[in-house]
Amino acid sequence: MTKYLIKRILLAVLSVFVICLITFFAMNAVPGGPFNSEKALSEATKAALEKRYNLDKPVIQQFFLYLGNILHGDFGVSLKTGRDISGTILECFKVSATIGGLAALFAVIIGVVLGAIAALFRNRWPDRLIVFLTTLFTAMPSFVFATFLLMIFCIQLKLLPVWDASSKSLVLPVVALAAYPTAYITRLTKSSMLDALSQDYIRTARSKGVPTIKVIFKHALRNALIPVITYIGPMLAYILTGSLVVENIFTIGGLGQQFVKSITNRDYPMIMATTIFLAVIMVVMNLLSDIMYKVVDPRIKLD
Amino acid sequence: MEEKGKKPPLLQVIDLHTSFTTDNGEVLAVNGVNFTLEEGKTLGIVGESGSGKSVTAYSIMQILEKNGHITEGQILFQGEDITHYSPKQMNVFRGHKCAIIFQDPMTSLNPVYTVGNQIEEAILIHSDKSKSEARAAALEMLRLVGINDAERRIKQYPHELSGGMRQRVMIAMALASEPSILIADEPTTALDVTIQAQILELMQELQRKLNMAIIIVTHDLGVIAQMADEIVVMYGGRICERGTADDIFYRPAHEYTKGLLRSIPRVDNMKEKLIPIGGNPINLLNMPKGCAFCARCDEAMKICIDEVPPELRIHDTHLASCWMNVKNQNYMEVPDKDE
Repeated sequence: MTKYLIKRILLAVLSVFVICLITFFAMNAVPGGPFNSEKALSEATKAALEKRYNLDKPVIQQFFLYLGNILHGDFGVSLKTGRDISGTILECFKVSATIGGLAALFAVIIGVVLGAIAALFRNRWPDRLIVFLTTLFTAMPSFVFATFLLMIFCIQLKLLPVWDASSKSLVLPVVALAAYPTAYITRLTKSSMLDALSQDYIRTARSKGVPTIKVIFKHALRNALIPVITYIGPMLAYILTGSLVVENIFTIGGLGQQFVKSITNRDYPMIMATTIFLAVIMVVMNLLSDIMYKVVDPRIKLD
Repeated sequence: MEEKGKKPPLLQVIDLHTSFTTDNGEVLAVNGVNFTLEEGKTLGIVGESGSGKSVTAYSIMQILEKNGHITEGQILFQGEDITHYSPKQMNVFRGHKCAIIFQDPMTSLNPVYTVGNQIEEAILIHSDKSKSEARAAALEMLRLVGINDAERRIKQYPHELSGGMRQRVMIAMALASEPSILIADEPTTALDVTIQAQILELMQELQRKLNMAIIIVTHDLGVIAQMADEIVVMYGGRICERGTADDIFYRPAHEYTKGLLRSIPRVDNMKEKLIPIGGNPINLLNMPKGCAFCARCDEAMKICIDEVPPELRIHDTHLASCWMNVKNQNYMEVPDKDE
């Protein structure tokens, strides 16, 4: 187990390095730079700025300078705002992670429950209703769903504020963000639950005199959750780091919004820092889901 | 039905009909099966795939697939009809009165729980033992079924055990609540030959120790010959012949049984060529009007096509349903239907 963890962490560092490398060079290969759009800059000022941020040096050298800096924990300052990058990212991440965490929790709980219900009532009306809803939410893009939510709950019914600082304003973004993963987890749970229910060990459990409820929750569900767990890891990484669409529609200053802003601004240090942050989260979540896998299924060997 | 004061038999299956609802229609898997099982005895049910032997067993336990249901007949356990039991009553019957082990020990244990957990579960459901008492009882069961190093094995997961050991665990689990009947559905089919013999011996040994009745369902005539006091041969959802092992093996009185015996090798006559039964098992969706075996029978007569043969008593313990016995006048009497 320890050996496995060390191996995985080394691999994770390697992945993050490769992601850094690709992003850095791709970013620099695109024409234009952070100071291009500002028309008022004189040639001399621009040259001075580029020198200040090492942009006049060859790209390879820039890359290693950058690597050296981040190894010291220095992610630099935003070229746009001049503010410290680590601070900005943490601040944005807090916002995204709150909404994302709630959405993930919602998706897992509701998804597993609905999936189990659909499997148990296969081909009866609860199943049909759930299948209809999951198809709808899988197919509907989040910007359409988010807009609908705003229209109905804020404008028509006036139940919730369009935007304010209260926790009430979290409800709609959470729902909008959770819609797709909930639908996906429901479908996943349903199919794996159906599979589990048809297994021989379910017949064994029934033949022992185990009551139906316990057959379902003890014997079938735990087996059915194994595929769901593999999905939860990447889903968490994706959902915690913020969604551009949902954050823009609900004007939430989260990581998703920040990421896109930094790209349009050519804010090199910001792009790099956000990318590395997202990569680290992704790698950590994948590792966590592999460990969870082992916890749920004793047949899995981690080595 | 029975004389006053006389103890009813342990298990009596009367005119059992079980069918499955499928997209192609109603599949009649069991079509009027009768048998009686006495305490401490072994009944063997033999037949090929699709003969209804496993479905008969599952009907007794009421663990049929969702689309399967008992449509007619009674299953009397100590004189009480269990086909009308509520799910709650049935859960007491299952495991506690009657237990079952299955063909494939590889897939019959839940992969995500330890062996101990699964045996303890069976104990805890049917008794008010505490967790630690259940643990102790589970350990004892594992030792009883001949598992060495039970303390270590009890903490292991099914995938860490061999096939033979898993089947032993299945037996330990089945017997944990001391049922009076053990149904063994092809208990040795998935095992190596040497392990097969061990498992059969174990079952016989435990039967003597615990005085339980066994219903052994198999397509393996060798297993049946070794184990059963009475043998029932099934074909197409019906019983075609029944009797002691001697009756069935030395004096078969149904063309299907004769065919079965011709198709297995014999130690005393190795030179004789094995003769398979021609044709395919019948389609249960489309049952013939007469004898189910008729289409594959070398001796088939016109009456076989038109009428189901009655069950005739060939000898005291030996009954068969074959028109050949009528033709050859090879019977004692027509058994009394109201018996």
